[in-house]
Amino acid sequence: MTGAGKSTVISTNGLTKRFGSVAAVDHVDLNVREGDIYGFLGANGSGKTTTVRMLLGLVLATSGQIDVLGERMPANARSVLPHVGALVEGPAAYVHLSARRNLSLLDASGPNSKRPDRSARVDDALEQVGLGGVGRKHVRAFSLGMRQRLGLAAALLNGPRLLVLDEPTNGLDPQGIHEIRQLLQELSRRGTTIFLSSHLLSEVEVLCTRIGVLDRGRLVLEDEIAHLRAPTGRTFVRTSDPALAVRVLDGRVAEQRHDELVVSGGDPALINAQLVSAGVRVSELAAERHSLEDIILAHTRAGSDRVGGPT
Amino acid sequence: MIRVELRKLARRPRTWAALVLIDLLPTVVAVLLAVTHIGPRPGQGPAFLSAVLANGALFSVAALAIVLPLFLPVAVAVIAAESIAGEAQIGTLRYLLIRPVSRLRLLVAKQIAVFAFVLVSVILVAGTGFLVGSAILGHDASTPATSIVSVSGSTLSSTQIAIRTVLAVGYVGLSMLGVAALAILLSTMTDSPLSAALGSLAFLVGSSLLLTLDAARAIKPYLPTRYWLSFIDIFRDPILWRNVERGLLLQLVYVAVFLGAAWANFSSKDVTS
Repeated sequence: MTGAGKSTVISTNGLTKRFGSVAAVDHVDLNVREGDIYGFLGANGSGKTTTVRMLLGLVLATSGQIDVLGERMPANARSVLPHVGALVEGPAAYVHLSARRNLSLLDASGPNSKRPDRSARVDDALEQVGLGGVGRKHVRAFSLGMRQRLGLAAALLNGPRLLVLDEPTNGLDPQGIHEIRQLLQELSRRGTTIFLSSHLLSEVEVLCTRIGVLDRGRLVLEDEIAHLRAPTGRTFVRTSDPALAVRVLDGRVAEQRHDELVVSGGDPALINAQLVSAGVRVSELAAERHSLEDIILAHTRAGSDRVGGPT
Repeated sequence: MIRVELRKLARRPRTWAALVLIDLLPTVVAVLLAVTHIGPRPGQGPAFLSAVLANGALFSVAALAIVLPLFLPVAVAVIAAESIAGEAQIGTLRYLLIRPVSRLRLLVAKQIAVFAFVLVSVILVAGTGFLVGSAILGHDASTPATSIVSVSGSTLSSTQIAIRTVLAVGYVGLSMLGVAALAILLSTMTDSPLSAALGSLAFLVGSSLLLTLDAARAIKPYLPTRYWLSFIDIFRDPILWRNVERGLLLQLVYVAVFLGAAWANFSSKDVTS
């Protein structure tokens, strides 16, 4: 996927938020394009949530510009936000009311929400997140996972063009996570742009098409996952005859750890043929790719909730 | 949005609990009076209580006087303090704002809902007072059942009493708006409804305390609780408007200042709840 011809859904320019003398978000230039499933990664305290809140007009930026769906925020919140669904720092609901009543109150709060199809909209949203059967139950009786689904339903109520989700699978069991992932992929296929803020690399890895990495308030990386995870040009080999393999490959072994070799250059298929014909027993062989974890660790420093002395 | 806020308020069990509690105290007083026939001597105890043994219909006004100093302001402060801080505490504030509901609309809708609560509670207290009073408190044979002696000593017809009771209900309701506005202001400043409620109560207690202090004479006319009990003047003959007017003006100034400050604070606030 390339970015050519796709319009920009979120773009920030020099976005900065200071709390006193601390810059929680420091000159961040985000660029999220239409159709992206954008993984917004960063350690706890790196400024993810503050950035998300600024995108939605909850927190006001100290300096910098934000454009969402082609309009300046927060000045145009009234025309932008009806097309945005969001889940920010966990779901919230009136626990003494039913799930349906919660969504219906939320729907009635928004501008230009038409009353006649409200009930259909609410049912539809509950159905999408798998809460169709418990709409009349009080939220007080909901599990964490069910509340998370209700929060998602609230985000989907508008039929949004952009979904901003902060840790959407928090509190869900593996089945629930899988289900929500499928839902997000389905929404993405239907043209919804998804901005997914998370610290779960695995989740981002399977779902996202692009990532942005925030480290102590700065955007240190923004790229396509496919590009980041492209083969490095080296080949990973696991063999039970490492000494023999090294001899056969003749100086092309870049790294060796016990029975694992990293071979530089060349076509993996060719290397495999070479090894096998020389009688080396190969148990694993693949083009080397960086894991998302390696990439992110290479771009960031120690966890930002570690508070050390001056460095 | 106003309708949404009214619906939210009406669906909160707490709202109804507050209304029941406000109503309970005057009812208990009425029952005790009816059972024992021991009324406070004229000039002592809550206003009008000495008169209700003679005329039960007047108990609606006495009921207002009973809840006015403490019960009513506490209930109003608790409900008003919930307005923004309550939403912030459970996290729904952020979801309302990104719906989007504009901050001004939200604040105005909350204010109207709180004012509606004040109105309903005052009317309910007066209504219950009237019903309970008429039902279980006596009708003194020495005065005709259709008339009543005003605070000034002359006789008022029941029509006059009815009109004046309505005026008193309105006045007491408006007297509560200053507290409500302060609680709403504090509610925009904290994410804890409890702090907002206690803060506004501290203000009232402070005001009541200063009223008893001679040294505070210079600032007394500006204290929010100064003219609360002036609704009694409505039952003088002729009505003594001076303090009533001052009381209304004072409340309006407080409401304007507090709500203006609430708006100034809320409109540019970072919502991090």
